[in-house]
Amino acid sequence: MNYKVLKGPEGYLPPAASLHGVCLPEKGEGIIEGKCVIRDVCIRHIAKSLLEAKNPTFFPGPLVIWRTTDYALERGKLIREIAKEADAKIIPMPDYRPKYPMINPSVEINPNHPNLTIWHNKIDVGIFIGVHCHQANLALKIIRGGTDCYTVALCAEEGHEEANASLRDTDNNTLKILLDIVKEMKKGGA
Amino acid sequence: MSLDITRINPYFEDVMPQEYIDLEKNGSFGSEKRLGDLGAFKELLEEHPMCAGCHLALAFRVLVSSLPRPEDSILVGSTGCSSLAFTQLALHNIHSLFGNQNAVASGLKRALKLRFPNKVKDVIVMAGDGATADIGLDMTLHSWFRGENITTVMFDNELYANTGGQESGMSMCGAVLNMAPTGKKFQKIRVHELAISAGCAYVAVVSTAKPKNISECFKKAILIAREVGPTYIQIFTPCPTNLKIKPSDSKKVAAERFKGDYAFKEHITDEAREYLTSIKDAVKKEALETEAVLVSEDKEIPLEGG
Repeated sequence: MNYKVLKGPEGYLPPAASLHGVCLPEKGEGIIEGKCVIRDVCIRHIAKSLLEAKNPTFFPGPLVIWRTTDYALERGKLIREIAKEADAKIIPMPDYRPKYPMINPSVEINPNHPNLTIWHNKIDVGIFIGVHCHQANLALKIIRGGTDCYTVALCAEEGHEEANASLRDTDNNTLKILLDIVKEMKKGGA
Repeated sequence: MSLDITRINPYFEDVMPQEYIDLEKNGSFGSEKRLGDLGAFKELLEEHPMCAGCHLALAFRVLVSSLPRPEDSILVGSTGCSSLAFTQLALHNIHSLFGNQNAVASGLKRALKLRFPNKVKDVIVMAGDGATADIGLDMTLHSWFRGENITTVMFDNELYANTGGQESGMSMCGAVLNMAPTGKKFQKIRVHELAISAGCAYVAVVSTAKPKNISECFKKAILIAREVGPTYIQIFTPCPTNLKIKPSDSKKVAAERFKGDYAFKEHITDEAREYLTSIKDAVKKEALETEAVLVSEDKEIPLEGG
């Protein structure tokens, strides 16, 4: 099957990418629009998407938002550095509560209705990091269904087929590589 | 570690919504702020979609404000009105299938004991009367038979409230409800007596007419469940929507029933009583030692003209 995970809006209840034959990347790979590619190609693609966006925004999730470990602290530092280089905003996803009556879309994003934050802030590229996989996939699918936001998932586990672009095993070293590539591209070296 | 996960990563402090900053700076995690300080600190449960005058919401508020260690507490809920509050709660919680809550809590407690052998993790079930006494009675009783170290709280509004007012096993005999027009035909189940027979170390029947009483019993129940065995708290929480009373009259109904058939009852085993006494003695001893240290430090300060 040749299903492409393109940016939306794909309509209410878009199909799950995995049901259309989209597989998760193997070790050393990333995934771009449903197709597995070499990791370095994916990193460069993500850096380019970030730099070309009008309003790129990082969505750090609970795994990095809270002071759980020194590793999470360093991850927070790297995210801030990449965001600064790419002139990206940061809107946190502190937890997954479907808050009543609703979240404040100008300051937070929620996996149960992430489209509200995307619409409110006119975000054209959204980067998920530190979000538990099942919640990330839920949010990515809703965003693809109802918005024209290009989604990137920097996953510490096996990647996300529901994102338009996703890296797997994104440890802090990978973030450092992404930071270096963003800097290099900004200088016009790409 | 458990307290650390309530602290914001400093690299994101400037972008965090105010409510999370308030929870960290002025919440009950790792602090002594409890029921008596309500209104003066950021609570774990604030906005919720429950009806006006709902005493389940009041009881829920009192309970989460009385947790001895909120950062080390995990709540297990079930289907019912209370599940509407769970989703708004700034605390670890699990929504189980209808009736399964005590089975889920048993597994969770056992897993936590293995994962954190040197830490106390409180697992508390909070469910309605339908989940506890009807659909989940099997799971509830068997968790007590097995002597699981969990606390079970039943919000007893004496009917199935969020599905329109069907009778539950906890409805009063003769109760006429939206979906029970001919009146209930049998007596209210005496779950607190079942709890005693099933081996609960501590059982209390309380009412929202006395919030402080709920808080005290709940704290006792959690402490006893840590070391002695299962504990059970049954709270009368009148539902104005289904009882067709004014929201402002819920308190009056609770107070009337408290004076009548829903009076305070408490059962505590000898072992649990001894355990509570030993804790109190330890706290007193620690306070006396601290005082002694302070006094001795005072004496070391040279007095002018002495």
